[in-house]
Amino acid sequence: MRKIKGNAFIFGHNIDTDQIIPGRYLELVNPKEIAAHCMEGADPTFADRVNAGDIIVAGKNFGCGSSREHAPIALVNVGVGAVIADSFARIFYRNAVNLGLPLLICKGIMEKVNEGDVLEINLKEGKVSNISTGKSFNGEQLSDYALEILSSGGIKPLFKKITAEM
Amino acid sequence: MHALEKILASHAEKDVVTTGEIIKAKVDLAEVNDLYLQTIYSFYEMGGKKVWDKNKICFVFDHYAPAPTIKTAQIHKEMREFVQKNNLTHHFDINTGVCHQVMHEAGLVYPGMILVATDSHTTTHGAFGAFGTGVGATDMATIMISGELWFRVPEIVEIEINGKLRPGVMAKDVILYILGKLGADACVYKAIEFCGTYIEDLDVAERMVICNMAVEMGAKTAYMVPNQKILDYIKTRTNKEFEIYDTDEDFVFAENFVFDINNLTPQIAVPHSVDNVVSIDQLPEVRIDQAFIGACTGGRLEDIQAAAEILRGQKINPRTRLVIIPASNEVLLNAIKFGFIEDLIKAGATLSTPGCGPCLGAHQGVIAEGENCVTASNRNFPGRMGSTGGSIYLASPATTAASALMGKLTDPRTFLKGENI
Repeated sequence: MRKIKGNAFIFGHNIDTDQIIPGRYLELVNPKEIAAHCMEGADPTFADRVNAGDIIVAGKNFGCGSSREHAPIALVNVGVGAVIADSFARIFYRNAVNLGLPLLICKGIMEKVNEGDVLEINLKEGKVSNISTGKSFNGEQLSDYALEILSSGGIKPLFKKITAEM
Repeated sequence: MHALEKILASHAEKDVVTTGEIIKAKVDLAEVNDLYLQTIYSFYEMGGKKVWDKNKICFVFDHYAPAPTIKTAQIHKEMREFVQKNNLTHHFDINTGVCHQVMHEAGLVYPGMILVATDSHTTTHGAFGAFGTGVGATDMATIMISGELWFRVPEIVEIEINGKLRPGVMAKDVILYILGKLGADACVYKAIEFCGTYIEDLDVAERMVICNMAVEMGAKTAYMVPNQKILDYIKTRTNKEFEIYDTDEDFVFAENFVFDINNLTPQIAVPHSVDNVVSIDQLPEVRIDQAFIGACTGGRLEDIQAAAEILRGQKINPRTRLVIIPASNEVLLNAIKFGFIEDLIKAGATLSTPGCGPCLGAHQGVIAEGENCVTASNRNFPGRMGSTGGSIYLASPATTAASALMGKLTDPRTFLKGENI
């Protein structure tokens, strides 16, 4: 699995999918156009400031609300390398894993990271290293099935194998 | 095992499932709404050719009904082409209503089924004793190809609600109150069974309101033991045979919560979180620019009736808009038949055609920066119904109607006629 390393962008608790991608953009189908509005409901400058591989750090219940897959589509296509949070909403979690966006549950992460810190994630071990402070933290390890999907680059490559045999 | 676990086990062809286990379960009905053209793209990207069962996939055009923009018209067009190409039996176009209303009206929802939809409010169907849960586009595409989906068997939380509501207080107030007490992340990854004396005798529409907003606590699904009212309703809609699973007596819930609602007052979720809930009498004066009655939470006949009873013979505040969107054409026709629509239009309401309306900020009454909206719908996140600079107050249909009348957040019990509060 590829290395995940980038600068931290910190958001709060209960970041809902309307903040990740406001409803008015759900008519968009082009991933790049969707990505241009990523996190606009929480921080309208985010899509311009984020660099490929950067990491979102948030509190409880990240991705709550609507089932819209536009939310992880926006995050993946704007270049977010991973999201670390205290917890994730269920549908968002499934959607992100399906699209190959790494997620890590790490309780209390917001207190351990400052905006802009350089973070590195070892997904297999569920570990976060804060390069800027020199400290490391343990998150929850992903289930084997979720890791299998992520290491395949999402569920689409996995499912292509199934349909090829049908 | 719990009834929900038995539903999962029977669909996974297993005798027993245990909490935390990952299983693959067969899906009885998969519903796609018109926000999810991506479902079709993912279907083809993954090598899909034909859907697994043309009778078990249902397309509903509700979020963009009728199409407000050229882009959404294009989405409808491509989805219609897919429906026709696959010869799908169940397609609800722009002339029907919200998925969580039209599916059970059409007899597609029954106890013991697994219903998966591209909509988070699919928990609604727990009111019928179904296992209803929301997924995204690519998960849905995998179902359209294979007819099954992986599930993690969830922890199950019991929420017991006892008592009887006072006049002017509605099911929406009950679920807002519980949300306020437990929080928006209380049941993430978990299932909820609602029970108690209040639930046992509850009407179909009110049961749906409670289960609908279970997802606002993060729940994967919601469940209520089907009562006689539900069984009678289903009988009028379908002849399908179904099984009602019983929860074993020795089943232990992951958590139990008990609420007494005998003295509950109208509740409001104030901006910008669904669990930011207070009793209406604790709020300062809040000016209301728009009031909305509609969507999968608050657009049923009972909701429109509650508004009509408050507004009959009255005029809403001239500085306030009241948008009414019935949840389905059947609801609209009944509301016309009973005279509620005439009452509401004469009171100054704006009527729009069945669908999700402004609930998700797509069209039919979005709000501007600095505006306050009181709504019978389900979410008050920043920007949910339009401008990020707007403020959304979640309330019951009665509170919403009373607030439109006065132009400010108003306790609907003020307008009870001859009732003891």
